[in-house]
Amino acid sequence: MALTLIPPSGSDVAVGLAGTAGASVLALLDPELASRAQFGWTISVHILFAALSIGLAPFVVYFTWKSVRTGSEAYERLQSFWLKVFGVGFVMGTVTGIPMSFQFGTNFPRFSEVAGELIGGPLAFEAKMAFFLEAVFLGVLLFGRERVSDRKYVLSSVLVGVGAWLSGFWILVVNAWMQTPRGYEIVTKNGMAVAELTDPIAAFFNPRMGWMYVHMVNAAVISVALFVGGIAAYIVWRRRESTAWRTALRLAVVLLLVSAPLQAAHGDAYARHVEDTQPQKFAAMEGHYETGQADLHLIAVPKEPEALTDPRAENLYTVSVPGVASFLASGGDFDAEVTGLNAYEENPPVALVFWSFRLMVGLGFLFIGLALWGGRLVYSGRVAESDRFLKSMMISTPLGFAALLTGWYVTEIGRQPWVIQDVLKTSDAVSSTLSPVEATATLVAFVVIYLGLVSASLYVLKRLIEDELQHIPGREAPGGTERGSIPGVADDD
Amino acid sequence: MTEPASLSLAAEPLLLPTEAYLVPSLPVIWFGVVVFALTMYVALDGFDFGIGMLYATRSNDHERETLLSAFGPVWDANEVWLVAFGTMLLAAFPRVYSRLLSEHYVIVMAFVLALLFRGVGPELLEQHEGERWQQACELSFVAGSTLAPFFLGTLAAGWLFAVPLVSLPAVLTGVGVVALSVVTGSAFVAAKTDPDFAASIARYGQIATVVYLGGVLALLGTVALRNAGGVAEIILSLPVFAVVGASASAGGAGIAFASRGRYRAWLIAAFSLPILLGALVAVVLYPVLYPATGLTVEAAVVSPLALNLTTVLGLPVLVVVLWYFKFLYSVFGGPIEADGYGQ
Repeated sequence: MALTLIPPSGSDVAVGLAGTAGASVLALLDPELASRAQFGWTISVHILFAALSIGLAPFVVYFTWKSVRTGSEAYERLQSFWLKVFGVGFVMGTVTGIPMSFQFGTNFPRFSEVAGELIGGPLAFEAKMAFFLEAVFLGVLLFGRERVSDRKYVLSSVLVGVGAWLSGFWILVVNAWMQTPRGYEIVTKNGMAVAELTDPIAAFFNPRMGWMYVHMVNAAVISVALFVGGIAAYIVWRRRESTAWRTALRLAVVLLLVSAPLQAAHGDAYARHVEDTQPQKFAAMEGHYETGQADLHLIAVPKEPEALTDPRAENLYTVSVPGVASFLASGGDFDAEVTGLNAYEENPPVALVFWSFRLMVGLGFLFIGLALWGGRLVYSGRVAESDRFLKSMMISTPLGFAALLTGWYVTEIGRQPWVIQDVLKTSDAVSSTLSPVEATATLVAFVVIYLGLVSASLYVLKRLIEDELQHIPGREAPGGTERGSIPGVADDD
Repeated sequence: MTEPASLSLAAEPLLLPTEAYLVPSLPVIWFGVVVFALTMYVALDGFDFGIGMLYATRSNDHERETLLSAFGPVWDANEVWLVAFGTMLLAAFPRVYSRLLSEHYVIVMAFVLALLFRGVGPELLEQHEGERWQQACELSFVAGSTLAPFFLGTLAAGWLFAVPLVSLPAVLTGVGVVALSVVTGSAFVAAKTDPDFAASIARYGQIATVVYLGGVLALLGTVALRNAGGVAEIILSLPVFAVVGASASAGGAGIAFASRGRYRAWLIAAFSLPILLGALVAVVLYPVLYPATGLTVEAAVVSPLALNLTTVLGLPVLVVVLWYFKFLYSVFGGPIEADGYGQ
């Protein structure tokens, strides 16, 4: 049952771009479009920092434990470096996350009202069980080395990590529920249709939850393994003698070797689950329009630039395997019928979903290749000697985050036009009191400010790396002095 | 998409009643919990704001570093109380959450952006020695620390008295929260630093106490005269007189303690002010939770199962949170070290 049948509360006047803003100097956006762009933008920036926390937590715990236990200077340096990165990332995550979370109320109040009983609990658990834990013990970790015992110090790092992973859990409970809502009933309350919680276990452990948690946490681990590995590769490239950074590089490669293939195998099964639960999203991912047998496009290249925005099979040069999408979706039947996009009244922006999905999968395979190559080098003990590998790692520094973002674009844009699948449309969730001026102004402010924050974070990272290079004893690598500043390491985050 | 079949099984494994609240007064308890989280936020992040504002009054590097060292280890954890307040309001009273935020769009956005600038300023300050960079970071810290409590106050006025953003009650509330932040901030710093520094900080705290108490009286007088949000009757009631009287006593005692250099005692007096303010908020609101529409606690609360679940899973955790806040403040108890707690 879709809530769109129920008239929205208040004066739900659609204030559009046409007509009202024509005379204005500023091109004002429709509040719905501006709200969606604003949420999409703020979450895109925030999730980079959130994923950094989740993925970096194991590194911080490991380096903290090793440095406390062995007292080795190498581990102390690694611990201090990555803890600083974690600290900056956490602050950025906090300041970007708070405005983002408040948008549930400021921009999408109908969503909060309709889903409050289902999402409020998990969000409050996130704050109380996870966010507090992380923030309190990060304070101890960053400033309390001399004030607590070794044991409490290591324990603090573990609690920070637990906080980060638990935080992801509760947030994903909410998101997974928006994909596959369960455990609720639509009731009328104060004259308005809202979802009432009827079964917390079904709601929290909804069909998507497990898939999403594994895929996201692993994506964060991959992203940060590439991030740590790329920075370590750069430092090793500049200072071959650094045993500490060789260790960090090896550790990153080993983590990648485990996580990258796991992500591909898991993703394959996950896609089948999406076809089961959200056929429309699956059709958008595959650019599948006509209901029937679906082919898998291994490679798709648009014939003309315009085809980028309309990825139908006839607009693409494809290398396709007939029936394989049917096979994957059904779990073994090449002729299985897959519902096409033409079966729906309203579709998500197919091109965004289609290309995001391809980019994510392509990057995923690239990471597997990189992991296997690095694994071989680590095994033969030559990981620090191969310039080509080190440079490949450097270039790949931001690519894990890019894959993670495109994956989320598939998930979130692919769910449109729904904010809660088959329950509430995004257009019905938007605030009716929001004016185009307010919506546009805050969107512009968030774009400018968050870009500033990302730039500042990259600048801090660059400074930390330069500082680290100065602290590493020994000579420059042959030709190292001419290598100049960082190539591509800090291009993107 | 609903699955009525699962209804009968609902919550059985959790042993939670689905038809009735665990105790009949549970909605009222949650009203109290939400106000408590807001009070914790105003008390704890309030002193962070105060430190940020006091920062502008110092030109000595050592004193500035001392202030930053007091702020560094705790501010982020303090700020989480805002998230706790917001999410618990959403969990227990979703309609109030969505109305409060969507109907005060501009002020909420201004507030969260001020918080953002307050947070990143000190974090980026030490990253670069350039003069312009330093000035920009300091401006970000001080302006964010001043504007955030002001916007928080105006938002609170819009909520409690249903007054517009630009109105005398809104401005008075904003100034009141700013002054309160200076009181708690200076008391916190004074209790943790050397006597000379403490004495010069205490002066600001004493002035701010007078401004705060004056602001509260002016605010209550104004809203009572205008009957904003229909609160005149409540404001002229005994509980409000009691809370205001207690605030005046605590404020007066605080000023006296500060003059005599009894900074520990001042700390207690100063932090009783935000607690009394929380009580004032509760008294002014209850039983209504959103005066603009007259929405009551009983009408806005979620269904029994949802609230029972949030209670059973959430309230014990809140107790644990308080415990590890105690741990955090004990780790960073005692005198502040300007070098950043041994970092």
